Amino acid sequence: MAADSLAGVGTADDLALPPRAVGRSRRGVGDRVYRGLILASVWLVLALAGGLLLALGWESWAAIRTFGLRFLITSHWDPVAGEFGALPFIYGTLVSSLLALLIAVPLSLGAAIFLAELAPSWVRPPVAFLIEMLAAVPSVVYGLWGIFVLVPWLRDWVQPALARTLGFLPLFQGPPYGIGMLAAGLILAIMIVPYITSVSREVLLAVPGSQREAALGLGATRWETTRIAVLRYGRSGLIGAILLGLGRALGETMAVTMVIGNRPEVALSLFAPGYTMASVLANEFTEATSDLYVSALVEIGLLLLVVTVAVNGLARLLVWSVGGPARGGRA
Amino acid sequence: MSPAGRRLVSTSVSALTCGAAVLVVCPLLLISGFLLYQGVSAINVDFFLHLPKPVGEVGGGVANAIVGSLIMIGLAVLIGLPVGILGGVYLAESRDRRLPWVLRFVADVMNGVPSIVFGIFAYTVVVLPMRRFSALAGGFALGLILIPIVLRTSEEMVRLVPSALREAGLGLGLPEWKVSLRIVIPAARAGIITGVMVAVARIAGETAPLLFTALGNRFWHQGLDQPIAALPLQIYAYAIAPYDDWHRQAWAGALVLITLVFLASLAARLATRGRIVAR
Amino acid sequence: MTKRWWIVPILLLAMATLGRPGAADAQMLMNGAGATFPYPIYSKWFEEYIKIDPEVRFNYQSIGSGGGIRQITERTVDFGASDGPMTDEQLKKAPAELFHIPTVMGAVVATYNLPGNPQLAFTGEVLADIFLGKITKWNDLRIKALNPSATLPDQTIVVVHRSDGSGTTYIWVDYLCKISPEWEKEVGRGTSVKWPVGLGGKGNEGVAGQVKNAPGSLGYVELAYAITNKLPAARIKNPAGKLVEPTIESTTAAAAGAVKNMPDDFRVSLTNAPGADAYPIASFTWLLVYKDQPNESKGKALVKFLWWAIHDGQRHPAALLYAPLPAPVVKQIEAKIKQITFSGKPLLAAQ
Repeated sequence: MAADSLAGVGTADDLALPPRAVGRSRRGVGDRVYRGLILASVWLVLALAGGLLLALGWESWAAIRTFGLRFLITSHWDPVAGEFGALPFIYGTLVSSLLALLIAVPLSLGAAIFLAELAPSWVRPPVAFLIEMLAAVPSVVYGLWGIFVLVPWLRDWVQPALARTLGFLPLFQGPPYGIGMLAAGLILAIMIVPYITSVSREVLLAVPGSQREAALGLGATRWETTRIAVLRYGRSGLIGAILLGLGRALGETMAVTMVIGNRPEVALSLFAPGYTMASVLANEFTEATSDLYVSALVEIGLLLLVVTVAVNGLARLLVWSVGGPARGGRA
Repeated sequence: MSPAGRRLVSTSVSALTCGAAVLVVCPLLLISGFLLYQGVSAINVDFFLHLPKPVGEVGGGVANAIVGSLIMIGLAVLIGLPVGILGGVYLAESRDRRLPWVLRFVADVMNGVPSIVFGIFAYTVVVLPMRRFSALAGGFALGLILIPIVLRTSEEMVRLVPSALREAGLGLGLPEWKVSLRIVIPAARAGIITGVMVAVARIAGETAPLLFTALGNRFWHQGLDQPIAALPLQIYAYAIAPYDDWHRQAWAGALVLITLVFLASLAARLATRGRIVAR
Repeated sequence: MTKRWWIVPILLLAMATLGRPGAADAQMLMNGAGATFPYPIYSKWFEEYIKIDPEVRFNYQSIGSGGGIRQITERTVDFGASDGPMTDEQLKKAPAELFHIPTVMGAVVATYNLPGNPQLAFTGEVLADIFLGKITKWNDLRIKALNPSATLPDQTIVVVHRSDGSGTTYIWVDYLCKISPEWEKEVGRGTSVKWPVGLGGKGNEGVAGQVKNAPGSLGYVELAYAITNKLPAARIKNPAGKLVEPTIESTTAAAAGAVKNMPDDFRVSLTNAPGADAYPIASFTWLLVYKDQPNESKGKALVKFLWWAIHDGQRHPAALLYAPLPAPVVKQIEAKIKQITFSGKPLLAAQ
């Protein structure tokens, strides 16, 4: 192992050791430059993040000043008249994400429990690998599959069937377009499942073995062990995993834009077309012709940023509470 | 409940969760299957070597989109890699109390920002001042996504380097910067490259931030300060168009994209196998 | 290899900035963006023009007329394109004077997806009421009255409109405003309106794609998009009372009246035009260029292209079902192109 780590280091000559190796001040020019570069990088990252917030705030100021809180609760989106209410997008984002959670959470938690606790050990690596590959599929590819496979399936099979059986509910009324909130929710569910599954799995794996052993020692079956010892202990982490999935769903753009129908209206039915905050940005940003229009769109971007940051922040706290921090770089 | 009953419940739940796992894996197989089935027919040498044809004409390829994507990924890596690695080294080695915490928090927050928001930012700070859409703007937006990923994975990888190495270097009288650059970072190199590949796999598929930055180009790029084509953009444009030939090309493009992304992810995982020390 | 990994991205970038496959010397790249309405003919033109002037490449991105107007106003592109003329307000917002240069004429058609692909006819009033959500089913009596011999299913009409800022939308709603006072009051005209009903598709391509995929849908697209996708184009009753099919001839007939009184800035509406054979939903489409060009060589290339487009280029539109510009209009445009300058000097040398 030590040999491995030294593999790239090189020989003593490469390192150009100074002739006298003892008792010199190490704050030479090289060090100062180095420290300078490091601090510059750190501050650059902070500046970029700060700049992002500033730029969004600045651009959206005109809309914030004109509409105030009305922006969040009116659903009149009229570029011609200069009236902008973002309720349909907020509604669409929330509904599609919640629908996605409803579908994804049972499946993801089930799969995570399976992988962490109940599966035979030869099954775990390949299945875990497949799930991680699912997370790597680009959004536009999901959208492509959505348009040509999922939507026709919904339009020709699922929606008519739902209308026949559950059509008395306002949730399933209206013509079966195929395109719409249901399609968006389904695609989002498929997209967030790998995230919730892998983080939940890690949370479950982080639960100390002693908990399981105690339960088993008392005569619990495998499921009972899982339920009593592991799930209860890791509960907050699992909630965190779910919130991480929510965070992803809220910000998802391309796949949703391709199947949601692009209609800025609040409708109760899942069959109806809708619009999300990310989709309206993707569709209308390059062509908003008036300053107020651009400002309103940037304000939506700012809202999206604030909401996803809050959800993700909360999620991380919860996940860390089980496994400890420094789990960076991935989900 | 009787012991037999409890065992039955346990087995049933095992079966249910197994079913859940199967359902979870299904979409991947479905999607890959469709991509292969639909896309393979459009994949030929032309597809990789030629430019897109005018509307309605059959044939042509996505050569410029593939090159465009590679260029912008290269730009993103060039911008993001040094910043990310140095930031990661800082997080791993600094003994300060507040600044590292802030940086870590900011990086994690940036990880969760929807990529379209980065696109808006890049439009405001690169496209508008430059008065044009460009590969640089696209690369910048992708770089913003790449930086937090590289930063956190670099931190993790540098932490894993045994402190004995650092101490040995310092003990030999080397200045700190040499210790970091010539000993610590090379030792963490494999892990850092892995992190970069994970980030590259992620940005290769990003479409939203490129909508307002790279714009797209039906020809070969003419310089980094000009609009440029990108594979995900081309797939999107073709997918929502009505022409069947374009649909076929969209599937083929998606197949190529997903293959690249998978290969990068796979390489990243293989590289870390056996190199991570248990904590 | 991993020791000097950074060589790879640097090499890629060097390749990117310096070398390009297929071209020995640098070509000038002109960037334009805007309407999807004329995209088929523009993409044909830009491909053909490479043979005329191999030194220049025109890169056109069809992002919708709204996008064209916005990007040319912000000067992020060299020229814009729109089929909805810019409003006085939008022109005032531009940093300098913008010209509308008409290039071709086209027709916006009502296209639909019904089993058996019947050839349907509509009146403006019926279309307005469908898009207002007042007529919801295909077998509505009013549609039946216009199409007695067609089998119309008892199915909801899936209305498809544009989700992006669109000149095609402008032409469509401009027509509906002239026909239906209720539409004018409720919705109005613009490149992006508040649609009472319907799904949104992105670009002419998106709407055509939606209509093609979903049975029972009705949308509006430029004629070329309907034909190349084998979608039907409805006949519409014009002000003279005749049911007219959208063709090159009926589009040209729509321009006849406007040609006599063409305003100097070419911002004219051709919808609901008088004339026995005129198709009521036709329009010019314009390229948006600055009167005073910021860059001399680019400006020269641009005016050269514009000159070609209104003369030799007019051979191509017919094959794609766009109507070529009427001769008197071409003369007027010639005069306008000669007014395009760089630093005060006209760019077009006497041709």
